[in-house]
Amino acid sequence: MGATLRNPKFWIFGICLLPLLRLLVLGASGGLGANPIEFITRSTGTWTLVGLLLTLSVTPLRRLTGRADLIRYRRMLGLFAFFYAGLHFVTYLWLDQFFDPAAIARDIVKRPFITIGFAAFVLLIPLALTSTHAMMRRLGRRWQQLHRLIYLIALLGVIHFLWLVKKDLTEPLIYAAVLALLLGARLPWGVTLLQTARSRFTPARFQVGQTVGNGAERRN
Amino acid sequence: MLIRSPTDIPPSEITPPEIYRERRRFMQGMGVLVAGAALGAAPEAEAGVKLAGVRPSAYRLDEAKTPYKDVTTYNNFYEFGTGKGDPAQNAGSLITRPWTVAIEGEVGNPKTYDIDALLKLAPLEERVYRMRCVEGWSMVIPWVGFPLREIIRRAAPTGNAKYVEFVTLNDPRQMPGQRSRVLDWPYVEGLRLDEAMHPLTLLAVGLYGEVLPNQNGAPVRLVVPWKYGFKSAKSIVKIRFVEKPPLTAWMRAAPREYGFYSNVNPRVDHSRWSQAKERRIGEFRKRDTLMFNGYGDQVASLYRGMDLKKFF
Repeated sequence: MGATLRNPKFWIFGICLLPLLRLLVLGASGGLGANPIEFITRSTGTWTLVGLLLTLSVTPLRRLTGRADLIRYRRMLGLFAFFYAGLHFVTYLWLDQFFDPAAIARDIVKRPFITIGFAAFVLLIPLALTSTHAMMRRLGRRWQQLHRLIYLIALLGVIHFLWLVKKDLTEPLIYAAVLALLLGARLPWGVTLLQTARSRFTPARFQVGQTVGNGAERRN
Repeated sequence: MLIRSPTDIPPSEITPPEIYRERRRFMQGMGVLVAGAALGAAPEAEAGVKLAGVRPSAYRLDEAKTPYKDVTTYNNFYEFGTGKGDPAQNAGSLITRPWTVAIEGEVGNPKTYDIDALLKLAPLEERVYRMRCVEGWSMVIPWVGFPLREIIRRAAPTGNAKYVEFVTLNDPRQMPGQRSRVLDWPYVEGLRLDEAMHPLTLLAVGLYGEVLPNQNGAPVRLVVPWKYGFKSAKSIVKIRFVEKPPLTAWMRAAPREYGFYSNVNPRVDHSRWSQAKERRIGEFRKRDTLMFNGYGDQVASLYRGMDLKKFF
C-alpha cells in the first residue's frame, strides 16, 4: 500500500477520474442545471481536450526539465483523453440523439463540427488500441509514425469546439493558443528555446540531480 | 494546467436563491425606504413581487410549464455574459427604476413612457407561450404583459412606418457583458409592422405572476412566440418606427446564420446545426420542432407567398 501511495501514477489516475466523479456527484444531487445533457456533453468534451493537451505537454515538459521519466505518465494521460472522448461520444449517441441512426448519420455528414469531432474520435481509436508495450514493440518505428496522429486529432478537437460555439470564441481560442504553443515547442526553434530555458533556469538543480543520482527528487 | 470554465464554481460558493433573494430584497428594501421617503411613494419594482390585477387569458397550453428556477437560471442575455448561467449571476447590477421607454420615429404621437405608466397602459394578462431558442432547446413560460399593439395604436404610426425597431439598454456599468465586444451594442431587434401588430406579440413585464427578474429582461421585454428567442428583445429602452428593415444585432454579427425573420422552422436549418428537433428543458428525449413553434394557425398568413428558406 505504501508503495502504491508513493507511485505518482496512482495519484494521476485518481486526479484524472475527478471530472467524472464531479459529474456523478452533481448528477446525484441535481446540480447539473436546467439542461443536464448539455452540461455532460460540455464537460466530457472539455476534459477530452484538456487530456489531449496534457498528453501533448509531456514532451515539451521533458525538454524543459530534463526529466526523461515524465514519459512514463504519457500513456495514462492519453488513455484518459480517450476515456473522456468515449464518454463524450456515448453522451451524444445516447442522451443527445437517443441512438437514432438516421439522425446521427445526417449529423455526421451535414454538420461540419460533428464531422470533425467524429473524425477525431475515430482517429483516437487506433492510438488507444496500440498503446500497450507489446504493440509498441511489434510496430517498432511505425508506432511513432502512427502516434503522430495526435497532432491532427488535437487540432480537429479544437476546430470542433470553435465551430460549435454560437458567438463567444474566447474559450476555444484559449485551447487553440495552448495547442499552438505545444506544437510550436516541437519545431526546431521551439526545441532550442526549451533547451536554452532549461540550461539558464535549472543548472543547479540539474547538477544536484546528477550527483545525487536517484535521490529524493526523482520521486517528485 | 487546469482550465476552469466560468461555470466551475464550487457549490459552496453559490448562495442559495432563498438567501440571495432575501438579501436583495433587504438591500432594495433599504433603497425603497430612502427613495420612498424622498418621493413619498414606494414603487413595486422588485423581481418576485406579485403583480396586481393580472387576468387569465385564452393563451394557455396543455404542456407542462418549465419550472421557475429553470426559466430564471438558464437563458441567453449576452449583456450579462455569454454563459447561460451568467444572466442570473450578473443581472443584479441592472437598475430597473427609474426606467423610460421612448416611442419615436415614424409616428404621429411620439412619447416617452415612464415604466410605471407603461405598466398601467393596458390590463395585464397571463399568457403561456412556448419559447424556442435558436440553439435547439425550448421552454413553456407563463408571461405577464399586454399586446404590443396597445402601444402601437396609441403611437399612431405614419404611412412610412413599415418596421419596428427595438433597442435594449446600453450601459456597461449596469450590464457587464457589454464590456466585451461579443456583439455590437446596443442590442437591436426588429419586426415588420404587421408582425408587431399581431395579437400574439406581447410586451412582457412579468413571469409566473411576478415582476420580471432582471435576468429575463426586466423591466420590459418583447415576447414573439413564433420566432427564435433572440428576436424577443429584453430590457427595452426604445421602440422606433422606421421605413427600412432594421439591421439587427445578430444580423450584424453573423448575417449568414441569422436572418431578419428568424421564424421557428424545422425545415430551415441553422447553417451549423439542425432545427428539426429541440430539447424541452426538463425532458429527456428530444421532441419535434413545430412550424412557427406551433403558432402556424395564427401567423402563417403573415408569410403567404414568401420563400421561407430565402427569408429565414
